[in-house]
Amino acid sequence: MSSELTRQTGGGEIAVRVRDLRKSYILGKGARANTLTEHLSGKLRSLGKREQRETMDALSGVNFEVSQGEAVGIVGRNGAGKSTLLKVLTRVTSPSQGVITLHGRVGSLLEIGTGFHPELTGRENIFLNGSILGMRKEEVQRNFDAIVDFAEIAKFLDTPVKRYSSGMYVRLAFAVAAHLPTEILLIDEVLAVGDAAFKSRSISKMKEIVQEGRTILFVSHHMPSVVELCSRGIVLDQGKVAFDGATQAAARVYLDTLASSDLRSEEERGRRRGTGEFRLARFEPTKEGFTPDEPKTFEFELDHIRDLAGDIAISAHVIDESGDEVAQCDSRAMGVWMNGTHSARGELSIEHPWLQPGRYTMHIIVHGITVADSALSACTFEVLPVYPFPSLVDKWSTGGRVLSRFDWKAESTRDRNQPSYTPHATEPKGIESP
Amino acid sequence: MSSAADYPTIVIRPRDGFGGVHVRELWESRFLLLRLARRDLTLRYRQTALGVTWVVLQPLLAAGVLSFVFGRVAKLSGEGVPYFALTMSGYVGWSCFSSIVSKASGSILSNAGMISKVFFPRLLLPLSTVVSTLVDVGVAVVLLLGVLLTTGVGISLKIFFIVPMLLGFSIIAFGIGAAMSALAVPYRDINYVLPVMLQLLLYGSPIAYGLSNVPSSVRRFIDFNPLVGLLEGMRWASLPGRDFPTSTLVRSIVGGLVIVVIGLLVFERVERDFADVI
Repeated sequence: MSSELTRQTGGGEIAVRVRDLRKSYILGKGARANTLTEHLSGKLRSLGKREQRETMDALSGVNFEVSQGEAVGIVGRNGAGKSTLLKVLTRVTSPSQGVITLHGRVGSLLEIGTGFHPELTGRENIFLNGSILGMRKEEVQRNFDAIVDFAEIAKFLDTPVKRYSSGMYVRLAFAVAAHLPTEILLIDEVLAVGDAAFKSRSISKMKEIVQEGRTILFVSHHMPSVVELCSRGIVLDQGKVAFDGATQAAARVYLDTLASSDLRSEEERGRRRGTGEFRLARFEPTKEGFTPDEPKTFEFELDHIRDLAGDIAISAHVIDESGDEVAQCDSRAMGVWMNGTHSARGELSIEHPWLQPGRYTMHIIVHGITVADSALSACTFEVLPVYPFPSLVDKWSTGGRVLSRFDWKAESTRDRNQPSYTPHATEPKGIESP
Repeated sequence: MSSAADYPTIVIRPRDGFGGVHVRELWESRFLLLRLARRDLTLRYRQTALGVTWVVLQPLLAAGVLSFVFGRVAKLSGEGVPYFALTMSGYVGWSCFSSIVSKASGSILSNAGMISKVFFPRLLLPLSTVVSTLVDVGVAVVLLLGVLLTTGVGISLKIFFIVPMLLGFSIIAFGIGAAMSALAVPYRDINYVLPVMLQLLLYGSPIAYGLSNVPSSVRRFIDFNPLVGLLEGMRWASLPGRDFPTSTLVRSIVGGLVIVVIGLLVFERVERDFADVI
């Protein structure tokens, strides 16, 4: 089926080649009829009319190549086409146009516990998942102990996975995908779950995989782990490759794509979730950059599209560069509500905490009883590296997710009963034992 | 891992038109097929109090009820053998057919999570229900042998011919089940229509009654039923003193092949968009 293409690329070291890839989805009511009656009535209605189907390109004109043994991070904001790309690469869905050539078996971890059956035991699921990834029984057997070790589930091997904690579930799923000998590994956002220890073990496991000469495509919002693992980053924006190059540069482009969205555009609004009675029209910081300790103020405008019963509230989520949520500022918490039948504007001021210098993203949720608008990455703002501390500081003295407003009081003490406890070793008496 | 040339190469292109059934792809994933079948079996009786006993009880109870209604209450002729033996010989074939159809038709929707996340030949899902059902069919065959011996009908060497008959039932059922499993993705109507159709077919086929009891005016319609030849074949193989049902069996084979081809065509056509629609 593919001998001709094998010859084309067999000499090189290409593991993944994507040429002119396009994937479009059909939008609107015509996309899908759930019952036969709906389908037939739809057909009848469109009889005589020219069939007009609105389509949306999730990916268009995507080209790239990945060499064998390369670790490539794929980043982009929600709706940029990352997941669609992985779905096409894993053959879950077929492309609308273009050719993809993969050299090697493809293992994937598109979502935690894919292909896991809750009623089956851990052991049974390892074998089932292995064979889904195209392994024979012996191949799974060979890696079985390593999988169990990595997942730390030895004691629960014969327990149905529905009784597993979410942490165990994640570890097992990752362990299976990472230990089965596929040449190409596609990973989507797995590290969003799991504890810190597991995250760092997963990253080092993935590094090992790269050293073994296997190829990794890693989709994540968590820029630090992308930077740590991948030598190259591809930024997707609106279904196109916006940048392809060194990871650090890719991280910057990614942050720019976050900032560039026009909240008012129809296209952008169509991508947003929510029932749509209200749409965020503007959300902007009042300054280009804030110092860590000054109040961060933002102005917003809400467009009223349709009436909504009851009042509405607005909530801002402050997200740091690692994708972690630092704070949530919900107007409900302050008792601030807006009328559900009018457009609105206002201001948000965040006084605490002191934010670490860096770039922040805000997700804005507008909600009544249900979520009316969910504007992810509605704005970004910068916190300048101007530390609010009286002394000179460096990165070794300013760790933590936020900066704290703190004070130290300290004095030297001399206590004869506890001579070994002496903050300053300048007095020889303190060291001698009585 | 040596060089890229050793690795299998996969080329992904848009799919338009009929792609055909990828026999090689199916063969390469035979381990997954067995694994899925094993999963079906494990799950079916897990958390049931009687467990595997149901495999034995279910056909005996069903055939028992049918024999009671048609043999005792309606007093139809047993065509020269005890009525329970007549019913059982037909019911084994029917249970093979109906359980494959009903399990296969739900196989795509009940694995929606897997379909939208991982790739594997989708045809494996309905196919695996065939494999897992064959275990139940094996048990039903043993029960049939038991019934033939205990009712005094006896067993002859012809009994081996029930194997190709059961194969025929499986193939027709797979064709229908595969098509239904695919159609159930865009049209959930299938879930409501199918049980009714199976019920109609159960009474419209000579299972709980012999073909000799059917008035000739109705016979004409029954002849369109591709199960009739196979059912008569089951009876010829397991009961004494019957003629080989040549003409009905030929009709069954032709009808069965048509059904399988159409079923696979439908599956292939609908399957393309599973992940986008499911």
